Amino acid sequence: MVRLGGAVRSSLAQRLVALTGRGVLHVVVIGIALVWLIPSLGLAVTSLRPPGDIAASGWWTVLGQPRFTLDNYAEVLSSQGLAQNFLNSLFITVPSTILPLSIGALAAFGFAWLRFPGRDWIFLGVLAMMIIPIQVSLVPSLLLFRTLGLTGSYVGIWLAHTAFGLPFAIFLLRNFFVQLPRDLIEAAQMDGASSLGIFRRIIVPLSVPAIASLAVFQFLWVWNDLLMALIFVQQPSQQPLTVAMSTLLSTYGQEFNLLSAASFILMVVPLIVFFSLQRYFVRGITAGAVK
Amino acid sequence: MATVTFDHVWKRFGDVVAVNDLSLDIQDEEFLVLVGPSGCGKTTSLRMIAGLEEITEGTLKIGERVVNDVPPKDRDVAMVFQSYALYPHMTVYDNLAFGLKLRKVPKAEIDRRVREAAKTIELSDLLTRKPRQLSGGQRQRVALGRAIVREPAVFLMDEPLSNLDAKLRVQTRAEIARLHQRLKTTIVYVTHDQVEAMTMGTRIAVMNFGLLQQVGTPQRLYEHPVNKFVAGFIGSPSMNFVQVTTGREGDRAVLHDEAFTVPLPDRFREAVGPTTGRSLTLGFRPEHLAIGPVGDNAATVRTNVDVVEFLGNEELLHLRAGHHDLVAVVDARHRVRPGDVLDLGIPFDKVHLFDDETGDSLAEVKAVSAA
Repeated sequence: MVRLGGAVRSSLAQRLVALTGRGVLHVVVIGIALVWLIPSLGLAVTSLRPPGDIAASGWWTVLGQPRFTLDNYAEVLSSQGLAQNFLNSLFITVPSTILPLSIGALAAFGFAWLRFPGRDWIFLGVLAMMIIPIQVSLVPSLLLFRTLGLTGSYVGIWLAHTAFGLPFAIFLLRNFFVQLPRDLIEAAQMDGASSLGIFRRIIVPLSVPAIASLAVFQFLWVWNDLLMALIFVQQPSQQPLTVAMSTLLSTYGQEFNLLSAASFILMVVPLIVFFSLQRYFVRGITAGAVK
Repeated sequence: MATVTFDHVWKRFGDVVAVNDLSLDIQDEEFLVLVGPSGCGKTTSLRMIAGLEEITEGTLKIGERVVNDVPPKDRDVAMVFQSYALYPHMTVYDNLAFGLKLRKVPKAEIDRRVREAAKTIELSDLLTRKPRQLSGGQRQRVALGRAIVREPAVFLMDEPLSNLDAKLRVQTRAEIARLHQRLKTTIVYVTHDQVEAMTMGTRIAVMNFGLLQQVGTPQRLYEHPVNKFVAGFIGSPSMNFVQVTTGREGDRAVLHDEAFTVPLPDRFREAVGPTTGRSLTLGFRPEHLAIGPVGDNAATVRTNVDVVEFLGNEELLHLRAGHHDLVAVVDARHRVRPGDVLDLGIPFDKVHLFDDETGDSLAEVKAVSAA
């Protein structure tokens, strides 16, 4: 008897055949991934090798003479004080991610679903702000913060990052929110939800993919930022990793063991953030809502 | 339990008039169907009851309360959306409970009502599922359940059956009718499907171009349509319309056409008046055309059979009479064949006459003024 639906449990051969169909694409994707991955791998390997080995041979020879050490990390974290900078970075980045995200989501909800005069013009105005380069506003912002007494604390840089992150956050979230089915929002309205209730119980749960990807964007942006940290964070004890790194670079330009360890510390956090939020990047979250 | 009253209600979107001076009393415990072609203002009217659409002019009352400026959540109405609009991230249970939770109903009470509603609509086994795990029919029932559980004064339904397949639609139609008999709640139901309207409504309101055409029981609309639009919209297949001219044949008043001459039925005599040469539209339903010998109370028209659609118990005939295309429904035992020449009887007591200019029914104009 001929069994129908052979795809239910496909044999190895069938799967291989299916794979060849997408083979070219896979080769290209894997190639791109390797190109991106090799420098990071080199950095990671280098940071784990003793200084002598680093000077003597390239990181790719490591398999021939596998000798690893954590001394480089101990050195940068303790005697170079990077542990403190690491905490500073977190202390700058986390609020600078949460603030624009929460304010941006509320604003985006307003632009997407609330009716008020001039709504779309104001939204266009917000979009226009995206084209203002940060450099143009550094001096005025700094003067403003000085007048308001916001220098010397983290509040200044939180506000600066929030302000520069908001237009994009509002733009991205608003465009996601408007695509949610209108009927859902009206159904919640009929069920007795207030505007804030609709935001909290319908919009946010259904927009997790957009919010998560925005969180990654903003986190990376703030974590990797050097310019704004240089301008707005003046006390050396408060400076984030990026600033510490640049100081390290000018002081120990040749000490690859220290630089590679510090770089890897700087790099690993965004990776953790990305992979921990990855499971929220799901498609079809509104499946089953309408029709 | 409540009445809904439209009092000279208008809705304008910019220059477009969506609802034009609507006055309509919806009785307590009534199943009122708003029906009409798309864009006729029926959904807009429903959304005005829901509070999802602002009223441009006029007053809308639910019970004794004017609700023009009352937000949707305070109107004590529940709505079943055409798209169902289930919350995709919540289980069936939470979908049903959502409205009650927001209204701060005690937990035990929520649980009791959700389970009771689930039993009513046979969803008890699916309470832990998410909407995407349900079939179309099940989703539709969840949408119904979400309205039932609220125990509102008025149910609003916006084409709730339009996404179901034909078989399920017939089944659900009966279920909703049964539900109405049990809950005895006022239901306002919007559809473009006149069969749904006829089978479900205790009364039907026909709308066209934002104007209310006629309100009445299905029988009333079928037997006494006030104008040509209602006559053509209600009933399936639609009524046949033939352009005729008034004239005289001896001392009898008649309606002329190149294909046939019909004596003017007595009840129209007053409305038509003594003038001859007046242009009118004669209407008669396909199911009232009869094959075979006709008595004194019918006129005969000779037709050529174009197409025969066999439906089992009856046949749908597409006919030509002069330059008119007519449709007739006859008993299947006649075994009519394409190409046959048929003499069909039009019974006098079933014909309608409409004014050509206004489209108003002549008999109804008289009946209404007499009433």
